[in-house]
Amino acid sequence: MKKITRITGWQAFWPIMILLGILIFNVIITGGSFLEMKIVDHHLYGRIIDIIRNGSKLMLLSIGLTLVLATGGTDISVGSTMAISGAVACSIISGTLLTGVGGNVFVAILVALLAGAACGAWNGFLVSKIKIQPIVATMILMVAGRGIAQLITRGKIVTVNSDAYYFINGGYIFGLPFPLFIVGFALLLSLLLTKRTAFGLFLEATGCNSNASKFTGIHVSKIKFLVYTCSGILAAIAGLIESAGIKGADCNNAGLMIELDAILAVAIGGTSLNGGRFSIPASIVGAIILQSITTTVYAIGVPPEIIQVIKAVLVIIICLFQSTQFKTAMMNKLRIRKVA
Amino acid sequence: MTIKNRKLHINNISLTITAVLFVALFTFGSVSYDQFFSLSTFLNLFNDNAYLIIASVGVTFVLLTGGIDISIASTIAFTCVFSAYLLRLGVAEYIVIPLVLLIGILLGLGMGYMIQEYKLQPFIVTLAGQFFMRGLCSVISTQSIPITNEFYKHVALNKIKLGSGKIYYYVFIALIIIFAAVYLLKYTRFGRCIYAIGGNEQSANLMGLPVRRTKITVYAISSFCAALAGVVFSFYTLAGYSLQNIGLELDAISSAVIGGTLLTGGVGSVLGTTVGVLIQGIIQTIVTYQNLNTWWTKVAIAALLCIFIVIQRMISSRTEKGKR
Repeated sequence: MKKITRITGWQAFWPIMILLGILIFNVIITGGSFLEMKIVDHHLYGRIIDIIRNGSKLMLLSIGLTLVLATGGTDISVGSTMAISGAVACSIISGTLLTGVGGNVFVAILVALLAGAACGAWNGFLVSKIKIQPIVATMILMVAGRGIAQLITRGKIVTVNSDAYYFINGGYIFGLPFPLFIVGFALLLSLLLTKRTAFGLFLEATGCNSNASKFTGIHVSKIKFLVYTCSGILAAIAGLIESAGIKGADCNNAGLMIELDAILAVAIGGTSLNGGRFSIPASIVGAIILQSITTTVYAIGVPPEIIQVIKAVLVIIICLFQSTQFKTAMMNKLRIRKVA
Repeated sequence: MTIKNRKLHINNISLTITAVLFVALFTFGSVSYDQFFSLSTFLNLFNDNAYLIIASVGVTFVLLTGGIDISIASTIAFTCVFSAYLLRLGVAEYIVIPLVLLIGILLGLGMGYMIQEYKLQPFIVTLAGQFFMRGLCSVISTQSIPITNEFYKHVALNKIKLGSGKIYYYVFIALIIIFAAVYLLKYTRFGRCIYAIGGNEQSANLMGLPVRRTKITVYAISSFCAALAGVVFSFYTLAGYSLQNIGLELDAISSAVIGGTLLTGGVGSVLGTTVGVLIQGIIQTIVTYQNLNTWWTKVAIAALLCIFIVIQRMISSRTEKGKR
């Protein structure tokens, strides 16, 4: 019995159950073809691989946002940061920016990541030093970010022609898509950082009570600055995957509205949006759930426009179950019924 | 009493800065470009931004209580698409307009109820509202639906000539909303209660003010204004399209901030918000005159937003120190 409660008490338990439910539903409606995997040219193909590959951006963003939300903040600028990093990388590779490096892909990636780090650091500076509310502070970059990206590409859609760059999205290692390895690496690094160092503890403390943490000697503003920078870098990587996927930089549409999806993924994972308890693996599961819902909707032939309505209903249900007021209200109703 | 005075003081400083900025931008435009300085440029600010003024005024109510509403852009789009759809089916305009306004109010009440009763975060609930309305738009139609209704055409195309400029009829809706909002916030119990909640919700509750009712009502007002803005927008464009106005909620919120509304609640005014919208409009006009990429508008607005937030932060942290 104790073991069972330990398993069900794990934060990622319910998200995983939901995911399994969706997957089983998929297997039934497709009559088993959902699980099929083919090996073509030593590469693995299949629906599940598709979900993981297409969901990789969302997973990366949700890692960053889990850290930010754990401190009780939000970052709604990740979509714009994606646009900026894609614009920087593509401009360098196509030779319109930093012409001195001659379109070197590695330099381009490095500069794009630095740009993402700079965006994150700017958010972190506003939140931790100037003490602006996180939503407002990141809103500034959300509004300006796409404009800045447009200025970098001079208002054009920059296309690139570089196999090394395409590899970021379309490449395979050991038959598995390359984005999977990026996500795995980011996940490993973030888990090491939060589970094997005191950083995770400080993070949770900051989210639970920022004032109290300050008095116990935690450098709250440094922690906040760091998590926003992490979120910026991860968003930049997601931006690279996106732009490598479309083989160019589209500043208007890269990562449009994805920040909301990423926050939703974290919420599905059970991390409270008020800060405190968090779980990165649960957020990753949340991101996969969102991606599988999208795939399912396409698979059963419902018009894809309905996805947003489904997402909206999901958010509300999840939030209601996180709310203590809602739980007590429901409990009271049940109790009255039992007495009667 | 002293705190109240100080708060009003902050309010006045912000409003003054905003007004001065507007005059400065207008003067800059007039000096730099021929034919900029005219009544028609000024009136066009209203003609082109009437819907944004209405939506921003609505969102100001929510911001004053310390909440946030990011569902308004989708509500506007939904109103346009749904009314265009109904009008194409041949439903009369005097049924369509009240119906969409009612939907707006119901949406706001629903969101407000969940925020207040179950203590959900306003950001998340209105985010769900945003997804929901945008999704419903696309379910109705993913194509742009033209509006050919005679009444809509009449309102959309008729205008009053004023010297060199012109005012479209629908601008008066925006003006009425501004006056109603000023009256409501300044001279009614409900309005004062909004400021009290924004200042300190717990104190307001202990004072016996109807916090619960007021907080739900502000979301209803915001969504109602968004629906009304949607009606005005459908006069403006004579079409309904499911992807229009993406990101407008941020324009509305930044207008309120530039107009001196404190996002922590309790400080701000509808007149400030209106001037905030006009400032965004004038930046847009200057960017057009300068023949720049329209993206400069976004960058300029973000820079302004940043400056204003930092100024507010400085003023309010000084007040906090004064309190201690």
